[in-house]
Amino acid sequence: MTTKKQLHPAAEQGITRGMVPTVITDPVTSDSQTDQERFLSSFRWMLLARLLDEKLASLYRAGKIHGGVFLGRGQEALSVALAQALRSGDVYAPLIRDTAGRLAFGETPLDAIRTCLGSSLGPMRGRDGNVHRGRPREGYLPMISHLGAMISVVNGHLMARQLRGESGTVGAACLGEGGTSTGAFHEALNQAAVEHLPLVLVIADNQFAYSTPKSRQFACDGLVDRAVGYGVHGETVDGTDLAACLDAITAAVDRARRGEGPQMIVAQLLRLCGHGEHDDAGYIPEELKKSKVGRDCLKVAEEDLLHKKWAGPAEVAQWRRDALQVLDLAVATAQREPVPDPYKESWCALASKHLSEGYADV
Amino acid sequence: MSITYLDAIREAQARALAEDPRVFIYGQDVGDFGGAFKATKNLASQFPGRVKDAPISEDAMVGAAIGAAIDGMRPIIEIQFADFSTAGFNQIVNHAASLHWRTQVPCPITIRLPSGGTSGSGPFHSQSMEALYAHYPGLVVLNPATVEDAYSMLLEAVSIDDPVIFCEHKYLYYHLKAEALPTEALPVGKARLARPGRDLTIVAYSAMVHEALAVAEELAGEGIEVEVVDLRSIKPLDTDTVIASVARTGRLICVGESWPWGGVTAEVVSRVATEGFNLLDAPPMRLNAKDTPVPFHPNLWAAHRPTARSIANAARRVLRS
Repeated sequence: MTTKKQLHPAAEQGITRGMVPTVITDPVTSDSQTDQERFLSSFRWMLLARLLDEKLASLYRAGKIHGGVFLGRGQEALSVALAQALRSGDVYAPLIRDTAGRLAFGETPLDAIRTCLGSSLGPMRGRDGNVHRGRPREGYLPMISHLGAMISVVNGHLMARQLRGESGTVGAACLGEGGTSTGAFHEALNQAAVEHLPLVLVIADNQFAYSTPKSRQFACDGLVDRAVGYGVHGETVDGTDLAACLDAITAAVDRARRGEGPQMIVAQLLRLCGHGEHDDAGYIPEELKKSKVGRDCLKVAEEDLLHKKWAGPAEVAQWRRDALQVLDLAVATAQREPVPDPYKESWCALASKHLSEGYADV
Repeated sequence: MSITYLDAIREAQARALAEDPRVFIYGQDVGDFGGAFKATKNLASQFPGRVKDAPISEDAMVGAAIGAAIDGMRPIIEIQFADFSTAGFNQIVNHAASLHWRTQVPCPITIRLPSGGTSGSGPFHSQSMEALYAHYPGLVVLNPATVEDAYSMLLEAVSIDDPVIFCEHKYLYYHLKAEALPTEALPVGKARLARPGRDLTIVAYSAMVHEALAVAEELAGEGIEVEVVDLRSIKPLDTDTVIASVARTGRLICVGESWPWGGVTAEVVSRVATEGFNLLDAPPMRLNAKDTPVPFHPNLWAAHRPTARSIANAARRVLRS
């Protein structure tokens, strides 16, 4: 019998901040950070997210993951910028390409990997998988697949707080440009405007919804033009530029927090991967990949921080090694954890057990 | 003092608002106007800020209820007509219904559906949606047939830690009256023996309970004792009370106002056939609306759904077999 290896204490925890060794950020204290500190901590979350995505992709290719794997490659800057602007007590509804934001909001790599591998110790316990993960009680909402559906749920949190007379928190929801074609998007954005809620809606215009180009999705010049029609403040940002994303989104979150009503941010970027790992994305034209919108935000950010001498190549390499160490430990931990057992499953969908139909007993 | 079914719904909401600060009401025209049926009359002034007009956005109304519930509230959503709940269907069946199972976080929302047909209302203001919602795991579906149940079941619905689809029948709003609000009630999940009898069981719910009771009265004059079971709760469905009744009578008719394919009556007959086949002295029968949209004209509407007359005819057939 082998002795069980002692785990890093952080690997056992659920949602927590500061999982990455020596990482300097905590979103709760982000207000007091200098631009440099904020940029560097954001970069490290982006790096961790990119490496986590790569880890998940290799587990998928090795046949270790049931179902699909959906990556956030190319969207890390936008994603992390939103989470960095949020504080404890805020509500966050990420979407499928928000690995970076999820981590920066406080999800541990272990929770992410647990959900993808189906560990019964993860937050979804094998009942739901991949990007459908969250801890609603901690303001981290687990998305359903129906696009646009999470926005009104964030509104509901904010309405609850309004009803109780609480102020100071905001709610953030993420969407792609394709998701703006849904009725749910329209209903929810209108609802937020009518109720004057502190909602921040971040739209990643990544040019394609699965294989459908945005020319088949909407006919307006830019999605931000819609904001004024809803009575909502709208801004655009270069989604490949971390510093620009941090500035634009922090300002939007601050406006919402000050009571200036719903905010909409539309970011231009390109999905640097398939819709899922099953998709080679052959439909994305080469010239688009080579254009400004096709830049890799992680590379851009790295060049930026090296240029500003905020860190050296050796430091970046060390951060990468640190992140990989955390991820390797998390994968090893999750792989040793129990998987769900159908004989131990309650097969009861209700919280009120006494109102269950009890088919399982028939 | 006389209290209608509609008064009972209003009074239950007033009490829920008064007793529980987590409760609020959100729906179209529910504020100062008091609701399309006046089910929230005066509540907005009695409970300022807690009875909120919603835009015509059923998806966002239910979505917001889910978020508010996660945030610790107990929202009551009034869908103006049950028929319009299809516009919020996704949030109800995919989001509210799955939330607890996926996350272990309860989703205590009550969705009030003014349901069922009234003369002249037509295809989009007459539907009965209980079967559709009962099909989905994670929802509780209630169909009160009496003033007392409208009151006590709505109060209980608000206290249940799961999404409750509360199907209140529009025809009963003004037609049913009681002397006083109830002080005690059967719990949700229990069916009620509305009338005892030994020759035939009629299982019904909502407005059809009253058609069944009229049949029982009519057949009593012919020396036939009909037992009427009021399901009250569609999901969970009280199979034990139904089987016990069939054990006494040996004959079963199940009546529903909804459409015939699948649904509540099919579920009841299926359960009796699988769990109580040897109790039956005759093939069970079920009566439903016709398999068309609900017609507008009163002549067509009266023939579209089961009535005391069509149920009595069916009862005589079952009693002959």
